[in-house]
Amino acid sequence: MALTFTDEAKRKIATLRSRYPDPQAACLPVLHLAQDEFGYISDEAVGLVADAIGVPHSHVWGVVTFYTMYHQHPTGKHTLMVCTNVSCMLRGGYEVLEAIEKKLGCKRGENSADGEFTIVEEECLAACADAPAMISGERYFLRLTPELAMRALEDIKKMPPDHGHQPPSTIAKARKS
Amino acid sequence: MPVELSKMPKIVTRHFGAEEVKKIAEARKQGGYTQLKKAFAMQPQAIVDEVKKSNLRGRGGAGFPTGMKWGFIPKDAKTVYLVINADESEPGTCKDRELIYWDPHLLIEGVIISSYALGCSHAYIYIRGEMIREFAVLQRAVEEAYASGLLGAESPTAKGPFKLDLTVHRGAGAYICGEETSLLNSLEGKRGWPRLKPPFPAVKGLFGQPTIVNNVETICNIPAIIDKGAEWFAGLGTPRSGGTRILCMSGHLNKPGVFELPMGIPLRTVINDICGGVPGGKKVKAVIPGGSSMPPLDASELDIPMEFDALMTDERIKPVEVKPGVKFDMGGGKILRTMAGSGGVIVMDESTDLVAVTWRIMKFYAHESCGQCTPCREGTGWLARITERMARGEGRPGDVELCGTIAHGIAGNTICPLGEAAAWPMLGFLTKFRSEFEAKIKPGLVPEIPAHPITATGIRSPELERRG
Ligand SMILES: Cc1cc2nc3c(=O)[nH]c(=O)nc-3n(C[C@H](O)[C@H](O)[C@H](O)COP(=O)(O)O)c2cc1C
Ligand code: SF4
Repeated sequence: MALTFTDEAKRKIATLRSRYPDPQAACLPVLHLAQDEFGYISDEAVGLVADAIGVPHSHVWGVVTFYTMYHQHPTGKHTLMVCTNVSCMLRGGYEVLEAIEKKLGCKRGENSADGEFTIVEEECLAACADAPAMISGERYFLRLTPELAMRALEDIKKMPPDHGHQPPSTIAKARKS
Repeated sequence: MPVELSKMPKIVTRHFGAEEVKKIAEARKQGGYTQLKKAFAMQPQAIVDEVKKSNLRGRGGAGFPTGMKWGFIPKDAKTVYLVINADESEPGTCKDRELIYWDPHLLIEGVIISSYALGCSHAYIYIRGEMIREFAVLQRAVEEAYASGLLGAESPTAKGPFKLDLTVHRGAGAYICGEETSLLNSLEGKRGWPRLKPPFPAVKGLFGQPTIVNNVETICNIPAIIDKGAEWFAGLGTPRSGGTRILCMSGHLNKPGVFELPMGIPLRTVINDICGGVPGGKKVKAVIPGGSSMPPLDASELDIPMEFDALMTDERIKPVEVKPGVKFDMGGGKILRTMAGSGGVIVMDESTDLVAVTWRIMKFYAHESCGQCTPCREGTGWLARITERMARGEGRPGDVELCGTIAHGIAGNTICPLGEAAAWPMLGFLTKFRSEFEAKIKPGLVPEIPAHPITATGIRSPELERRG
């Protein structure tokens, strides 16, 4: 089935475009929206985004591959962003990550077999004072130990899935000019 | 004398812990947006002058005087943009995220006043993509400000017409987008490649127009400067840096946290009195004073005041060296000690393997290099790989010198300061903890660089041939 944006998404894209003097500037937000709609950024999604903001497909590919948050493959329901940078490493970030890998039977960068999780080894998540840290969706899991991480996994399973996760009504008022 | 946290002046963190202040009604009850009236009664230039007098310096990393930066906007500029840098991703730094989460309306108030001063009619906040929760909080706050007519509507009290739009723009996972010109490219919908300077953003920035990029904490200080005046603000700080400073204390500490502290408080006081010292009574071995791109301090350098100038010039801090006995020259004979950077302080106790820490730092910068400049793209990768094998205890003879040479080759030869961000800590750790690196060399391994790698005729040396 051909991929299309819903009418609701199209309205949001129009609002996003109106926030910038150049529609190309809406590239990142429209890609976020596409990822929320479709779960990941496929070839087809790239085309849709490019057409929506009037830039070449190659430009959108360049953007998608530059940033780490755009998934080019289907992901689990929940992305686990686990930090292992210095502040977290000093307090056991790698132990937490390895415990999660062991529990889910998959490595960083992979999806768990049951489709629930994707593990991402993150760079500093700006939660250093509460290291080791993990983000999933809107939630932070802080001062983790391997045991607390196992409990976090149970909590996360009960949360609504990431994709289809819509940020609050994206923009308040269109720029009128 | 032990210091009492509750007695310290709080400008930007006073609402930390108060959930309700995220809502505009409660924020207003607590004094939010009250400085708009006062600001609008002033001429825009008078606000710029006030900020100059306050000695406010940028909290994003470089400590550049904010008022002076604002003064670089050409007088005849028609369209001016203010862009708030909320990309916070320098390892060890976790203050902007907290500021946005706890007090989004303080940031918006600061943005409105600053935009008025700069003649900006559309401001952008570039927030890091991973901060999903903070984006939601900030977006809600912006919507409330629109609904209250603080944004998107003509301000009846401003001197002259003033109407501000504010857009929150999410990044998508790239540390380099914290660098201001990379951020502008990213905001324009492109790959986050830093631009060559000049032209500086104040002359040619977002969409080709004069643009000011400021850090979240910097802008959160603006309402207080309007409220209590530049002299009060300057008086809180040291002679050349006004106000307070947030320090993000992480690593081996009993009470890590994000603390707003007097500018210039000695590091030892922060570690011992505010953060309760190091767990298990261990000794401090090293401290990164301002995000992982800054050269570390060692245990003998803890009495330094945590302030921009002191960290650069205090002679108690050993200068960074390229190799033993040769000081690193930042250009014009300027030596490098360390810098206050982003306020991210990482404390490491005596049991820490600093080679492993250095590897983790190099791995980070190698991952985040945007790839435009060869010295940075290749050099950070080499440093990551060499420190990785050293961390495993399989360093090759010559690796320590090689790390110094590569780092020295990166610094000063790249478009943006990410190159230095990798080179400085590499050289800093080597300068102060060289023996730890030397201990990781396994004698007998083949050196990376043989004596004659490639001959003048282009024939590979026997050494390389043997290794394939
Ligand atoms: C590699 C690199 C990353 C940076 N990351 C950030 C950042 O995450 N947040 C920030 O405010 N400034 C960051 N900066 C500094 C900005 O380029 C810029 O100087 C700052 O946002 C200016 O604001 P200020 O004058 O208020 O400090 C970074 C600089 C470099 C070179
Ligand atoms: S120094 Fe590194 S990050 Fe900066 S522009 Fe060059 S390659 Fe990119």
